Amino acid sequence: MVDMNSASDQPLLVAEELGKSYGRLAACRDVSFVLYPGEVLAIVGESGSGKSTLLQMLSAQLAPSAGRVSYRMRDGVLRSLADLGEAERRFLFRTDWGYVHQDPAQGLRMAVSAGANVGERLMAIGWNNYGRIRQTASSWLQRVEIDAARIDDAPRTYSGGMRQRLQIARNLVTEPRLVFMDEPTGGLDVSVQARLLDLMRSLVNELGLAAIVVTHDLAVARLLSHRVMVMKEGRVIETGLTDQVLDDPREPYTQLLVSSILPP
Amino acid sequence: MNAPTYNFAYLDEQTKRMIRRAILKAIAIPGYQVPFASREMPMPYGWGTGGVQVTAAILGPHDVLKVIDQGSDDTTNAISIRKFFAKTAGVETTTSTEEASVIQTRHRIPEAPLREGQVLVFQVPIPEPLRFLEPRETETRRMHALAEYGLMHVKLYEDIARFGHIATSYAYPVKVNARYVMDPSPTPKFDNPKMDNCPALQLFGAGREKRIYAIPPYTSVVSLDFEDHPFTRYKFDAPCALCGAEDSYLDEIVTDDKGSRMFVCSDTDYCEGRQAAGHRGVENAAPHKEGAHG
Repeated sequence: MVDMNSASDQPLLVAEELGKSYGRLAACRDVSFVLYPGEVLAIVGESGSGKSTLLQMLSAQLAPSAGRVSYRMRDGVLRSLADLGEAERRFLFRTDWGYVHQDPAQGLRMAVSAGANVGERLMAIGWNNYGRIRQTASSWLQRVEIDAARIDDAPRTYSGGMRQRLQIARNLVTEPRLVFMDEPTGGLDVSVQARLLDLMRSLVNELGLAAIVVTHDLAVARLLSHRVMVMKEGRVIETGLTDQVLDDPREPYTQLLVSSILPP
Repeated sequence: MNAPTYNFAYLDEQTKRMIRRAILKAIAIPGYQVPFASREMPMPYGWGTGGVQVTAAILGPHDVLKVIDQGSDDTTNAISIRKFFAKTAGVETTTSTEEASVIQTRHRIPEAPLREGQVLVFQVPIPEPLRFLEPRETETRRMHALAEYGLMHVKLYEDIARFGHIATSYAYPVKVNARYVMDPSPTPKFDNPKMDNCPALQLFGAGREKRIYAIPPYTSVVSLDFEDHPFTRYKFDAPCALCGAEDSYLDEIVTDDKGSRMFVCSDTDYCEGRQAAGHRGVENAAPHKEGAHG
């Protein structure tokens, strides 16, 4: 688990003037922010506003054209992601980070059992005891409310909501400190969404996870995040505490976004 | 004039040099799959085009060649490859493991211990051990480069979860020289321990996939497993019905349509050698009358 007392006053992830352009098209420009341990940041905006590009740069899957991202490693040193070797980056990605895809099929191995899906990261860091791997996988399945009796079923036999929960378990099994989520509730029906959000909120609190959640759904942002960044045309146009931004939006675009939610 | 119009051992010298360079690189990096410009051979893919090219590249006029297919010296595949080199290189051929200097094999390692100076050439259909777990070749190469082999254990995990034990019985993944995970070609896992610290040089050729890899003599080869599910050899629990051997890998032979079967050594040379030395199995009361074939 995260050591809350010593590390929490130092930033976990620092983005400085990040930009990505494809020729003359600027997908994302001039994004700077700081993320602290245990903090959940939501990035909201309409399709094409640069949210996903930003997330890919933050998670070192895409090299930025300008600016840089730094991450505080477990040894407490803040390092630029661009300076990490590929081996280190990939190691980070499967130990200290999690990445929850919108489509679970991208984040899971659909043909192997749920137990192996959860256990893969453990085996990748050298766990070599079948009994322990299986036990850990089984306890994680229960934590994400999947019946442990289904541990040997392949995720292709699971429902959409179960797949998404399995994907979360697979990511959290190595106790990462930072999780990236790309539209984690996209494509799920409303009641399943509500359960999933509830689960994610309790896991984030329990584990003291930091998370960056990309979503176009303001309800997700409100339920999960502490802070919100509103993006439009590749720029951050408004940022602040979630309640502040959503209850009292300053920018006209944010006002439009907020007012476009149907009243309950 | 009907003089042969091809070079010694069929391949031209430039091709052989190219293959030898790949072999040298493979020996320098044990277990690493070296790409090479695989040629078309006068036989279909899947019949050992990779093994034949490796053998052609290393064969010299004084070599003695043995070819086995599933342990047997007298199946179509083994006989035709042996004849191919007898014709194109004029080398001496044999069925005896001890006498051979180059042994080309499909799916077996001979029972008789190999010695220094011998070369074992494997025919490999699919060289990539991660293929069925990760279909992208770009990704598997990166995984090899960074020694990310967690996925290999996922396969073994699945076996145990499904069958209660590691049910992979052939092409059982090994780690070579504590670095690269390698597919030992579809040899039964019974043969895996023979690869470890073997005095002979082991070369692997995959013709269709255009890869060569190698295990130099006296290299550590460890079969992957779990602490609580260690690697075990597998064989039928019976002695050979012809020679009575208890320590050899057995083939199951169905003898009628009423469920009768017998188990015999898969390595024919080993079995015949034992019979010639007077060992008898339960189904071999009469002395073995056939002479050694060749």
